[in-house]
Amino acid sequence: MVAGVGVDLENLWIRFGDFVAVRDANVNIKGGDFFSFLGPSGCGKTTILRAVSGFLEPSEGNVLIGGKNMKGVGPNKRPTALIFQNLALFPLMKVWENIAFSMEIKGASAAERRKRADELLEMIALEGQGDKLPSELSGGQRQRVAIARALCAEPHVLLLDEPLSALDLKLRQHMRTELREIQQRVGITFIYITHDQGEALTMSDNIAVMRAGVIDQIGEGKTIYNDPATPFAASFVGENNVFRGKVKRVSGDRVLVQSNRSGELLARISTANLGRLKEGDNAMIFIRPEAFELAKTGTEGDHYVSARVINEEFEGNVFNIFMEGDGGKEIKVSLPNLGQSFDSHKGQTMTLKYDVKNAVAMPAGVLATE
Amino acid sequence: MNLSFLRLSIWLYLAIFFAYLLGPLVIMSVTAFNSPSFPSATPWECLTFEWFSALFQDTRILNGIKNSLLIGAGTVVLSVTMGLAGALMLTQIWPKLRATYYTVIIAPILIPGVVLGISTLVFWDRINRMLGFGPDSLLSSGLFLTIVGQSTFIASYCMLVLVARLQRYDIALTEAALDLGATHAQAFRKVLLPFMRPAIASAAVLAFLASFENYNTTTFTFGEYPTLTIELAQKVRYGISPAISALAFIIVVLTVFAALANEATIRRRELVAAARRNATVAELSGGRVTLPGFLSGNTAAVLLVVVSIATIVVVGTATVYSPDQCIADVREQKRLEAEKRAEELRRKRDEERKLKAEQAPVTTAPSGSTGSSSFGGVFDPNALQGVPSEPEEEGGADSGFGGAFDPNTLQGSGN
Repeated sequence: MVAGVGVDLENLWIRFGDFVAVRDANVNIKGGDFFSFLGPSGCGKTTILRAVSGFLEPSEGNVLIGGKNMKGVGPNKRPTALIFQNLALFPLMKVWENIAFSMEIKGASAAERRKRADELLEMIALEGQGDKLPSELSGGQRQRVAIARALCAEPHVLLLDEPLSALDLKLRQHMRTELREIQQRVGITFIYITHDQGEALTMSDNIAVMRAGVIDQIGEGKTIYNDPATPFAASFVGENNVFRGKVKRVSGDRVLVQSNRSGELLARISTANLGRLKEGDNAMIFIRPEAFELAKTGTEGDHYVSARVINEEFEGNVFNIFMEGDGGKEIKVSLPNLGQSFDSHKGQTMTLKYDVKNAVAMPAGVLATE
Repeated sequence: MNLSFLRLSIWLYLAIFFAYLLGPLVIMSVTAFNSPSFPSATPWECLTFEWFSALFQDTRILNGIKNSLLIGAGTVVLSVTMGLAGALMLTQIWPKLRATYYTVIIAPILIPGVVLGISTLVFWDRINRMLGFGPDSLLSSGLFLTIVGQSTFIASYCMLVLVARLQRYDIALTEAALDLGATHAQAFRKVLLPFMRPAIASAAVLAFLASFENYNTTTFTFGEYPTLTIELAQKVRYGISPAISALAFIIVVLTVFAALANEATIRRRELVAAARRNATVAELSGGRVTLPGFLSGNTAAVLLVVVSIATIVVVGTATVYSPDQCIADVREQKRLEAEKRAEELRRKRDEERKLKAEQAPVTTAPSGSTGSSSFGGVFDPNALQGVPSEPEEEGGADSGFGGAFDPNTLQGSGN
């Protein structure tokens, strides 16, 4: 078993001509961590991964693996293994040959390779499938073969480039658990690239949220979800309702915002933005759909929102209510299904209540586009 | 009615098309087995294999084949290597330069082979002299020059074939190999090269065929290594023999063999892949997959076996078969015909002589002026009458045809 080593990015810049793909990234990834880069496509997360694996030289800054600067070290000399988005299994080699490719390179005998491949096949629950060709396997099986192939190289860091994006939903959810299990078993550092916040939240120890080459926030999933640093992080990770307005009064970590549509709203300033909101500033308040609860109609106050119901839907575990919101966007409210009776309120005005600590305020900025 | 007419015309068209394509080959193949020493399909005289033995005793042709094979092998190695390098370069080069690079590398195909031949000769002669080598150095050897000259444009063909395959290659495969610790050389050898293998095989076959049939470039460069095409061209200048048909027939048969073998292998691979797909995991891991038999569902393989058996039978027949009796019969028949014709001729001559004897006083009169006429007596009626008497002369060897048309010589050899 190989221990995972840390990966550090120091003032990393990557440019392609005039285009800046990664702008001054500073990340410290602990050894043995499951670390995710989360962001929409084209935000530069794959570029970071290629810089770590050695396929790309940074324009500026350093990549350190296990404390060692990797400048000038080729991808075949780095203690990393990459799982490609399309898996890149060698189509002409049998499954076991694919898995043991890294041993073949080092000149291991066929018997040794076969033995190791069979061990790994057992680990990924594909015993006896070693003599098939990759094309004869299903998508999920191919996925696992790619993981086994990478693990066979005994890397200290495993890099995964959206490996689940080609799978169907059920399989994707299953593979999440499996990946997490494998990571805990082998104990090496996983760096995971995804645009799916569900994947990032369920699997990762830590997450970096990226937008257009810039890392917006690094932290545990819970922190990012509950205490987002930027409007982008707030709107990209999970569902969120945004209320825009002007700051009326700041006291400590509380801020009163005169919202455009919903009157005065009281909110908590997110940790990263403490001291950065002044009176008269444009601000945004984010409240999650599940942070609302129904209140007596007509109640007013600084933690109440009243709006007309446009649509309702039943999703099984929750009732979703869509209300007229700010800037043409609907306010989404999710009420947990606890077996209560639920009457339709379509067309009526309803009043919602929220806990101030669940309303996060920050300076106005760019939202994630859906 | 209308439809059947359409169908009929399609069949007719196909028949004409294939007759046009394959007709010459069929006629030529027939001449290889017919006994007359000038290649002809009709009249059919005797089945003979002597042209094949004549072919195998013709040292110039054999030497030409040897040189062609040697040059072909060299050209395959050089062209496929250069073609692969060119194809890889095309995928690596900056996108802006790609179109220009493509044009440059394709240009040799568009340049006439003659130009390539001359320029190869001149260029390497310059190099040779620049390096201070003598006229018998490797650089001025016909073998080297021909290989290099042919490769200038055959490499472009190879590149086209290889590029087509390379475009389907996922560069991530090379990256995956590098990532797993392979060096660039290992990634090339273990991942890219196996992927390219089918295309390399096609390119090699293409290069070999192009080299084998090349004439116009080779004609400038062959030096002391005349290839088969050069030898054939020189031979044809002095008259054509059915031995050449025999050679052509052998090439046709070899081609058919290769095509059938290739087709049979491909079909076989498909059938095996299908069988593997249908097999269960247990069967696969236990190695107990029932693979289809070699001949089942494989028309090409069946044909291959049939053609092989036919070839063996024909070769077997050829070793024991002797057409001497038939040739003797044909000769005898010809002799009889010739005799008959000679008889007729003699009779005619006698009649004419009789006629001449009767008219003699009239015709001899103007003979005095013969030599002085500016037309050499061509228009002299006497000269015309004199012609039939020629066969009487025993010195027939003086005639332009070397006595080939002299019925007397035929009679002589018949006995």
